[in-house]
Amino acid sequence: MTQSYQLFSKNTRAIIYNLQVNAVQRMLDFDYVCRRDKPSVAAIIDPNAKQGGNHKVFWGTKEIIIPIYSSIAQATRRHPDADVLINFASFRSAYATSVEGINEPTIKTVVIIAEGVPERRARELAALAIARNKVVIGPATVGGILAGGFKIGNTGGTIENIIESKLHRTGSVGFVSKSGGMSNEAYNIIACNTDGLYEGIAIGGDAYPGSTLLDHLLRFEANPEVKMLACLGEVGGTEEYRIVEAIKEKKITKPLVCWVTGTIASKMKGEVQFGHAGAKAGASNETAEAKNRALAEAGVIVPNSFDDYGLKLRETFDKMKAAGQIPERTLPDTPAIPADYNALKAKGQVRKGTNFICTITDDTGDEPLYCGIPMSKVVEHNMPLGEMIALLWFKKRLPAWGAQFMELVLRLTADHGPCVSGAHNTIVTARAGKDLMTSVATGILTIGPRFGGAVSGAARQFSEAIRKGQTPLEFVNHMKNTNVNIQGIGHKIKSASNPDIRVTLLKKFAKENFPKTPHLDFALEVEKITLTKRNNLILNVDGAIGILFLDLMASGGDLFTDQEKAEIIDFGILDGLFMLGRTIGMVGHFFDQKRLRSGLYRHPMDDVLYDLPEPSELGYDW
Amino acid sequence: MAIRGIREYDGKKLMAQVLDRFSSKPLGINPNYALVTPETDLEKLPVSEPWLNTTRLVVKPDMLFGKRGKNNLLKLNATWDEAAAWIQAKREETVTVSGVQGRLTEFLIEPFTPHPEDKEYYVAMRSFRDEDVVYFSLKGGIYVEENWDQVKEIRIPTMKDNQLVEAKSISFAGQLPIEGAEKALVEDFVTALYRFYADQGFAYLEINPFTLAEGKVIPLDLVAKIDDTAAFEHLDTWGTTLTFPAGFGHHLSPDEAKVKAMDAKTGASLKLTVLNPDGRIWPMVAGGGASVIFADTVADLGYIDELGMYGEYSGDPNEEFTYQYACVILDLMTRKHHPKGKALLIGGGIANFTDVAATFKGIIRAISQYADKLREGNVKIYVRRGGPNYKAGLEQMRSLGGKLNLPIEVYGPETHMTNIVPMAIAALQ
Repeated sequence: MTQSYQLFSKNTRAIIYNLQVNAVQRMLDFDYVCRRDKPSVAAIIDPNAKQGGNHKVFWGTKEIIIPIYSSIAQATRRHPDADVLINFASFRSAYATSVEGINEPTIKTVVIIAEGVPERRARELAALAIARNKVVIGPATVGGILAGGFKIGNTGGTIENIIESKLHRTGSVGFVSKSGGMSNEAYNIIACNTDGLYEGIAIGGDAYPGSTLLDHLLRFEANPEVKMLACLGEVGGTEEYRIVEAIKEKKITKPLVCWVTGTIASKMKGEVQFGHAGAKAGASNETAEAKNRALAEAGVIVPNSFDDYGLKLRETFDKMKAAGQIPERTLPDTPAIPADYNALKAKGQVRKGTNFICTITDDTGDEPLYCGIPMSKVVEHNMPLGEMIALLWFKKRLPAWGAQFMELVLRLTADHGPCVSGAHNTIVTARAGKDLMTSVATGILTIGPRFGGAVSGAARQFSEAIRKGQTPLEFVNHMKNTNVNIQGIGHKIKSASNPDIRVTLLKKFAKENFPKTPHLDFALEVEKITLTKRNNLILNVDGAIGILFLDLMASGGDLFTDQEKAEIIDFGILDGLFMLGRTIGMVGHFFDQKRLRSGLYRHPMDDVLYDLPEPSELGYDW
Repeated sequence: MAIRGIREYDGKKLMAQVLDRFSSKPLGINPNYALVTPETDLEKLPVSEPWLNTTRLVVKPDMLFGKRGKNNLLKLNATWDEAAAWIQAKREETVTVSGVQGRLTEFLIEPFTPHPEDKEYYVAMRSFRDEDVVYFSLKGGIYVEENWDQVKEIRIPTMKDNQLVEAKSISFAGQLPIEGAEKALVEDFVTALYRFYADQGFAYLEINPFTLAEGKVIPLDLVAKIDDTAAFEHLDTWGTTLTFPAGFGHHLSPDEAKVKAMDAKTGASLKLTVLNPDGRIWPMVAGGGASVIFADTVADLGYIDELGMYGEYSGDPNEEFTYQYACVILDLMTRKHHPKGKALLIGGGIANFTDVAATFKGIIRAISQYADKLREGNVKIYVRRGGPNYKAGLEQMRSLGGKLNLPIEVYGPETHMTNIVPMAIAALQ
């Protein structure tokens, strides 16, 4: 049975508002080293997860799942055993969510982490908590910790620090402060000078904390497990005088070591706002000095400066220990928390093989690098699109004419009307009501040996012929003898008398810009021979692109090694040029069909020759 | 983020703009106010504020200080030409008010309302933990303090009958010590003013005095403090123009301005107040709480006169900002030498999650850069810090001392946080 002075025990469970991945893991790590039976986090509320969900965390070496709900009401209904709400809501929504938490019957304690909650709202939360008999810790707090039992959020810092400061097992000192930032230090001081912390609370640095220094000191006073009290106050406000009154009224009788920080404030000229909103002395009795004096006069153990704070704790503790007022405590056997991979990696103490290698783009820094070149430089130097593509495709810096050739290819292949396979498929799919990706994908999937894919094929055949030292005639004859079509030669419609303007443009560009065009010259000789066979056996656009790319690679000096040249052809990278260019057209066709609101396409039956076998021919007598 | 004073100009503008929302009938607050800043062109001001040419005017500095009448800083019943000439003469003048010296830079201009002295009323509002208190008196103006026994105090608790008290449910009808023809108007005004106060993020509001003329309320002098954390609730009324000026006489030195500019650029916190440029103890401390305690301890041990600065760096500033911040401090403390040397305290408590070794990188860069000056100035460096990866951080500091031939003493969490303060003091003797 928990007493009213106990906010937390080793069985306390909390609901976390807002998915705080690190805080939740830290709470569970603490639970694990304390050997709690159950994780202290019962549920997480993620207001954005409308359908709820699950969150995976480590419990020691294993992984467990914590349920996620979208509202406080759902979480409390499903987890009535959780009586603490740790509210990580932002300063904007901290008020409304905290009111909701206070009003939930199963919630006893609401911890508000947010900084910047308006003071009027904080006052309302404090008043509401009293009226509903609840405890609010914060706003603007890191929380608190029951040593060896329950840890709020990020309190105590890393698990290493928690163990060094002995927060994973119980001690005798009840501590309360305003500042959360100093609480780690305070726990360390307590660990160095006494048998350790029993419970520590940071009430938060705002002017109107939901619960006060005195509220928690009175809880510690009532708790027989707490043997001595420690407190750090702060300049500003009159809260410490309420402690003085409580001592005078004998409501606090346990030894209390207290220091009010900010003694410097009254010694400085002008106004300096310290870190905390509440840390500003408005009246002479609100100075740290006045408060330290009043506390000392009331019998509180007040050091001469913060520098003696540890010493006073030690003296007080030793005196009580000698008087037999402190029980013997043993250090428990503590299970080790497996080290965090990322932390070890940062320290250079662990390594892991990678599953992937990437040698073209790096997005791990401030901005993506294209082959080492920052994206901002690409833009700043107005890098031509063709040069940028070559960088990412070939890891090469193309000369200007090479980059221009790449762009010329993209321009010439961007579209070729609605009747070719790619555009046709795209249109049919778009008209079937499918989305952009699907429609364009069906178009791209038609690119292959018969449509567009002759770029690679032509490049492969012609480069091989030249490598072998064949003459154009030998090449044509060889292909004929082995019954292989020459790729890149021949067109359905275009002919020698009706030349393909795209090929004309490509040839013109190459002749004017390429340093040399041996492959093109060879191909034109081949064309002369094939044209003697039929008028439409011309060098087609696929062939021209593939062959001119061979010239590009051959003209760049040592830019491409022989192996690289072979790989570019073998891997089908050249078909990529056609695919990239034509995708522009296919996306266009998709939008065109959508704009036109074209309905489902059904091919007309009279455009199909139906010619089925007789069942008997297949052996059926049906 | 705290309770901060606002200009009388902003307070009155806000009232004129919003107060009627909280009243059943219009209260007719004058909407005409002008703020003169160092950027204001006095020749052009009457173009945007034509009422300046058609009314008699009041002019006063608007820089968060009071007692302007007593300090001869109030110009009453002036024409625009007189007002402009007065401002021109006072602009940039250095004056001393309540012991604080500063330059006059901002002025409020508003219409002048002649009124009998016995028609100056007092109203003020203040917030406490459990209640708001409204103060009202018919004896306002400069006589309010000597007639404090006639001030009526009305307490509005935060909570009543187990319910939060809503400001819009509050009315002061029949509760103010006023009778006669003006009773209804004054009650309406104070009621609306309280609702306005509670709704608009105020923590303190004093109108002393206000007067009545032609059935309208005229606020003559206004002092207000508002809670700047409430800004997100009041974007519609505070807008983006409401400013929180620094207190009168608070001028930043170039070094302080540099740190303030850095602070504005980072999500982290970087603070610097130079206390004594000739001081011999310079604390560069991580964390708001710890930084106060280090300064306290220097003062409590009797060496406040040697304290060069108050400052803090926290919230995990990156290496570059930490480096720049450290450079400002190292530069400040090495401008002049002292025969017995100086001490730099690189202090801090046990960090929660900040990687100590990483934050030390920027500091180490700065120390390396200033190594010659630090040696010339006989500067001793004391380090005390804990937290994630602190051992590596402390080791880096230790080896830095050897490498640069600088006296650097390094301590971790086993040493009480402020122990390096008495060490430094002893070394300066």
